[in-house]
Amino acid sequence: MKSGFLQPQTGGLVALAALMALLPLLITSDLYFNVANNVGIRALLCLGLSLLLGFAGQISLGHAGFFAIGAYSSALLTSRLDWPVPVALLAGASLCALIALIIGRSILRLRGHLLAMATLAMGSMIYIILNQNVALFGGPDGISVKPFEVGGFRLQGGLQWYIAICCALLAGTWLALNLVNSPIGRALVAIKGSEVAAEVSGVDIARYKLLIFVVSAVYASVAGSIFAHYTEFITPGEAELLYSFEMLIIVLLGGMGSIYGAIVGAAILMSLPHLLTWFHDYETLVFGMVLVFTVLFLPRGLLPTLQQRWRKRGG
Amino acid sequence: MDGFLQLAISGVAMGSIYALVGLGYALIYNASHVVNLAQGEFVMLGGMGAVSLAGLGMPLPVAMFLAVVGTSVVGLLMARLTIEPRRQAPVLTLMLLTIGLGIVFRGIAMLLWDKEVHTLAPIGSGELIQVMGVTIVPQTLWVIGLMIVAVVAVDSFFRRSRHGKAILAAAAHPMAAQLFGIKIDVVLRWSFTLSAFLGGLAGVLVTPLTFTSYDVGLNLGVKGFSAAIIGGMGNGLGAVVGGLLLGLTESMAAGYLSSSYKDLIALLVILAVMLLAPQGIFGARHKERV
Repeated sequence: MKSGFLQPQTGGLVALAALMALLPLLITSDLYFNVANNVGIRALLCLGLSLLLGFAGQISLGHAGFFAIGAYSSALLTSRLDWPVPVALLAGASLCALIALIIGRSILRLRGHLLAMATLAMGSMIYIILNQNVALFGGPDGISVKPFEVGGFRLQGGLQWYIAICCALLAGTWLALNLVNSPIGRALVAIKGSEVAAEVSGVDIARYKLLIFVVSAVYASVAGSIFAHYTEFITPGEAELLYSFEMLIIVLLGGMGSIYGAIVGAAILMSLPHLLTWFHDYETLVFGMVLVFTVLFLPRGLLPTLQQRWRKRGG
Repeated sequence: MDGFLQLAISGVAMGSIYALVGLGYALIYNASHVVNLAQGEFVMLGGMGAVSLAGLGMPLPVAMFLAVVGTSVVGLLMARLTIEPRRQAPVLTLMLLTIGLGIVFRGIAMLLWDKEVHTLAPIGSGELIQVMGVTIVPQTLWVIGLMIVAVVAVDSFFRRSRHGKAILAAAAHPMAAQLFGIKIDVVLRWSFTLSAFLGGLAGVLVTPLTFTSYDVGLNLGVKGFSAAIIGGMGNGLGAVVGGLLLGLTESMAAGYLSSSYKDLIALLVILAVMLLAPQGIFGARHKERV
């Protein structure tokens, strides 16, 4: 059993919340708030993929597409139809869930590289549609998005956004932890271990795989909606394959099968390019190297490896 | 009819490129069950390498040859330094590793060269050929011709040479092959080198037609991946046919349906193949044989 400080449900969440509360004491400028906010959005996005890849063992190379669907839904529904921000966000998430449900039903029976190709195709198709349909989606130039406004209150400045994003991330983490520690979570881990063994033990693998695929799509969509309102400008580029790869890197670096790992991975990978200006030219190379080194030397990921080391020292 | 022929020729030319990349996927998958998603980067390395070497003043054929050889060496090093040490890892892990390596290649190419678009002079004359109302860029004929030569050469490599037979044996039954003294590591190296060779060749051939830059590998890698899947992963001939079909699909979709959605249509076709025949279009025959 996991024990003490890092016990998932309570200890970890309290620690995460405390860390989030302390961080503004160190942050002095909006520039750093911007870094923290981008980390938060990316972490929320990757929580979903972590559930799918890390717990259920199903790869997706198309999750950037769901992120983009969320972002574009929020952008278009708030500006063209004047829907309130939260309603647009929920509508985007529902649309994503529906798309994930329809696509997932057919492609989730594929395995290994076939599932990789199918999800990649899904993401690419979303990218192409956003890119080519200029009348509806604004085409390659992208579109501007209304600011985040609920009932006359508008989120402004780094700190306000920071608080909002932290709340969203905490809620997302709490939900993910509960999911993982429920019978559903155990079924998913069984599927990851062996689909045949899980099925023989009475796990309805098709249903659980579909469920977690939909959940992870909703995470991506909500993160996309928040991102759209935060940056106030989005392009079809958000759906690109490279961003799906980036999500994979974050999940692997943090640790497959670790909810907090997704947050740690996002914190490391997303703060680098923002904090180091010289980094820009080397970004692609470093991201690739992080993935290669993680797979070669840290196959379990950063957080699980560290946790194991602590436990050894403690015990 | 003329329009159809025109589309068919450009489709077969692009399809030949996809076929070469797809064949690379099939070779590596056959030998090791690794799906090498860095395969497209070999195409980029071949093309960019040839552009650089030609820029140094080398004659075109020499530049192309050296670029292809250089790419093969990259493939060999990739197998030796990264795949071999983790050969026992799950297939999913190795696929993620190749994604990482692909990104690394792209990052290095960006630093080594630049973000500009480059081109290469075509082989032979650039004069257009008019046949039966169809205009042919000579380079497309070179692409198709050399693809056929490469496929025949690969085929005879597997039939005639010791190393080729060793790869086939290792693919059929790794354990038995090892008992007969075939070194799996050597097989792995050969398959990566050969795949990189084919990718590099595709790169030098396609560059005069469609240009190249540090980031073309991703797209071409996906196309080759699709070709290999359409033909049934691990089936060399299938990958070649899959590549040609993919090229034709794209070209016909662009000509008759919509040029902006040609990639989308191709993706739909790939999805349909995967869902209706997950073993690829040659899969059924395979099963019967077993």
